[in-house]
Amino acid sequence: MPFNPHTESDVRAMLDAIGVRSIDQLFEEIPASLRVKSLAGVPEALNEMDVGRIMHERAERDGRPLNFIGAGAYEHHIPAAVWAITTRGEFYSAYTPYQAEASQGTLQMIYEWQTMMAALTGMEVSNASLYDGASGLAEACLMAVRANRKSKSSRILLPKTVDPTCRKVVRSIAGMQGFTFDELPYDAESGVTRMDSLARYEGQDITAIVVQQPNFFGSLEEVDELTQWARSRGALVIAMVNPTSLALLKPPGQWGQRGVDIVCGEAQPLGVPLSSGGPYVGFMTTRMEHVRQMPGRIVGRTVDMDGKPGFTLTLQAREQHIRRGKATSNICTNQGLLMTAATIYLTLLGPEGLGRVARASHARTRQLVDVLCRIPGVRRRFTQPFFHEAALALDRSVAGVLKELTARNIIGGLDLSGDYPELGETLLVCATETKTPADIETYARALREVVTAARAA
Amino acid sequence: MNKQVSAPREKVIFEHSRPGRTATAQFPAAADGVDDLPKHLLRGEAPRLPEVSELQAVRHFTRLSQLNFSIDTHFYPLGSCTMKYNPKACNSFAMLPEFLSRHPLAPESHGQGFLACMFELQEMLKEVTGMQGVSLTPMAGAQGELAGVAMIMAYHKARNDLARNEIIVPEAAHGTNPATATMCGCRLREIPCGPDGDVDVDALRAAVGPNTAGIMLTNPSTLGVFERKIVEVARVVHEAGGLLYYDGANLNAILGKVRPGDMGFDVIHMNLHKTFSTPHGGGGPGSGAVGVGKRLLPFMPVPVVGRDGESYRWVTEKELPQSIGRLSGFMGNAGVLLRAYVYMRMLGREGMQRVAEYAALNANYMMARLKKAGFDPAYPDRRASHEFILTLKRQAKEQGVTAMDFAKRLLDYGFHAPTTYFPLLVPECLLIEPTETESLEELDGFIDAMIAILEEARSEPETVRTAPHTLPVRRLDDVRAAKQLDLTWKESA
Repeated sequence: MPFNPHTESDVRAMLDAIGVRSIDQLFEEIPASLRVKSLAGVPEALNEMDVGRIMHERAERDGRPLNFIGAGAYEHHIPAAVWAITTRGEFYSAYTPYQAEASQGTLQMIYEWQTMMAALTGMEVSNASLYDGASGLAEACLMAVRANRKSKSSRILLPKTVDPTCRKVVRSIAGMQGFTFDELPYDAESGVTRMDSLARYEGQDITAIVVQQPNFFGSLEEVDELTQWARSRGALVIAMVNPTSLALLKPPGQWGQRGVDIVCGEAQPLGVPLSSGGPYVGFMTTRMEHVRQMPGRIVGRTVDMDGKPGFTLTLQAREQHIRRGKATSNICTNQGLLMTAATIYLTLLGPEGLGRVARASHARTRQLVDVLCRIPGVRRRFTQPFFHEAALALDRSVAGVLKELTARNIIGGLDLSGDYPELGETLLVCATETKTPADIETYARALREVVTAARAA
Repeated sequence: MNKQVSAPREKVIFEHSRPGRTATAQFPAAADGVDDLPKHLLRGEAPRLPEVSELQAVRHFTRLSQLNFSIDTHFYPLGSCTMKYNPKACNSFAMLPEFLSRHPLAPESHGQGFLACMFELQEMLKEVTGMQGVSLTPMAGAQGELAGVAMIMAYHKARNDLARNEIIVPEAAHGTNPATATMCGCRLREIPCGPDGDVDVDALRAAVGPNTAGIMLTNPSTLGVFERKIVEVARVVHEAGGLLYYDGANLNAILGKVRPGDMGFDVIHMNLHKTFSTPHGGGGPGSGAVGVGKRLLPFMPVPVVGRDGESYRWVTEKELPQSIGRLSGFMGNAGVLLRAYVYMRMLGREGMQRVAEYAALNANYMMARLKKAGFDPAYPDRRASHEFILTLKRQAKEQGVTAMDFAKRLLDYGFHAPTTYFPLLVPECLLIEPTETESLEELDGFIDAMIAILEEARSEPETVRTAPHTLPVRRLDDVRAAKQLDLTWKESA
């Protein structure tokens, strides 16, 4: 038995203490007609070595291609200390810190995370994390409807420049409560939300607007104007941001004259591996005035019976285990382990290191864009400045090009034709500090070959 | 135990910080080439993050870890949470570099190994739950619940059965159940349980009708007992036109013994972080895969993994146009799913059945011994499932020592406390779930501690009331925490 410590004599002694003859008798309350006969569809047990063989083979089959996709999940260097500490059993195998006295490590970690995320986003308070960036945006929309008491419309403006998958998730999660989501168009030249598209909402009851910075195309939105427009009309502003970018870009707490109301996003770039999409970690920060509308766990510093400082879960009256059907969200767990990794990452990098990562990532992407745009038939799709990700227009099938590149072990970017058919053949590319000049040259050479071969054919 | 010297508190990381101190080995080379960023979109001041050396960071966070109880360090019988051992191999194999570096949007051709694991995981979960389809995308139990209720609502809507907007929930349910129903835009209808812990079927009959969308049930229930009338419950709900949702919180109790699909459930969520031993991580990541019966197959959240011959691929909205949609940015907690896959392969068919057997053996043993020692099980005439409830109502009345006092005193004895004050209907309760991975010696140690505390409650109740005495902090002032909110560290604080 792989993980059960019971010896035969243990079992006998335990059955005697219970007063039954067999383990089977413990299941006598289950109607006999329902009992499982066999689990033929589950394979026989393997030992660790044999499972390891399978997993190594499968991992090797997937390989480690040279990757130039970002699109919401970014490849950054992760300091060795991050996961060496995160996978310590004391963090890995603990649970939600319900017993505060026996969970001060996790609680203090969350308090430090809250402090760092508030500082990074320029806001006053943070929660202990959410499942991921996409579901975090859905929670932010739900929160905005609760927090904007003057608005009766539950109507949220959702620009088309917001990550398309995140928009889908918002509709799946927040759409069931009768909210309306209006899509805002983007300018086909610049690649950012059209300010003139707001004119038709003049004088209408708008609950909130979402602004992603940098937007899904990597383009930089005019966040001050959008924020001012919304706030002066009684709408809340939800900022969705890439945390790495905040080492350089203006924090949402300073957008417009007074800053935004809710900030959310994906903290995966902060020390969490790509890992096929998860587990990642969503973050959320807000103004103190909205803290009681925030979903998820929140940790506060307080004192114990002796006046000694300590940490505890607080404002629990918002949560499902207390308020049940009237809770701010059904959320129970957060992403504690990934929050741990991100907190250690931010500590090791500090303001200087995070700034260097942001600058290096942006410089590499610019270099990539410059080199690729020297290839005939490749040009930048949008004119607006970008941060560490950019859209390129190709004069041929992006799908075909990506397939050719994949055969050369290069993942060349994301084909945008699925979510943005109006853009034609457009490729979204990203390089981070992990890409060397040689990697960029490898990509450029391969793309040139693919394009030339296609032209010759 | 009262007068121990304790180590000084671990400072907040910002207190270790000094301007200009860095851990430069982590930094990329300084880069130019950011002059194209428009000035008005730039940050004025660098964010206030800690400035420490690598050793300071490592020492600080290692020390924080040592302030935690965890499964690796302590018996952790937290009822309803299934705190079983998390095998190290599950973590190691999920963290192979190729798996870690795989971009979620990388083509299927560079993910066949990963997708094969996911497909086989879906198949194994179908088999152990008796369902027809499985989607792995929900990122936690509560999100699995949301997916489940959303599918029920989508099913009724697709049949143009629009009046069905009521979800029935037994009063003993987890708080997430009613919260989920609300998030799905449903009205909530609570029904009572009988004195033996089973659902009151007459109350259920009175509650169902043309507005019934479905019922959310946990079986074994949160009262720690198997719902014996489940077949009848299923019949009543189905005959009224509703569907049955299974909350998989307690699946560990019945794994390999009885399957939700065979009990009549139409949709279920599984907490892979409980039953399938993925880490709880200090409060996440969870993983709340959902399983569905035939009627709900078209509504599953996407993506799911499909197979054509020998190759694996994503099944998306294109093939499942009635899907309730996407719940995560990519495909859910992939790395957690790999851990569950490894665990299931190591357990295998027989190991799977032993999970429920030994979980039940441990729970029933503890209940029998604690009862003999003078504690009151909430349902003394029932078999425990994988967990059981003690009510300390008598002790609270006679000695003025509450369930919370017992819980805190257990920490001094080196045991994590059971779940306290849940389920809400049992006064002064402890919900105790030992799990199958604990040894007889560990269970006996816990039982001895409970007996010792019972004695202390008589002889020196103040010791129990003011516990814990041996941890880094004593009981914390929760009222102050909520009133004088201190949620971020400030220089002056």
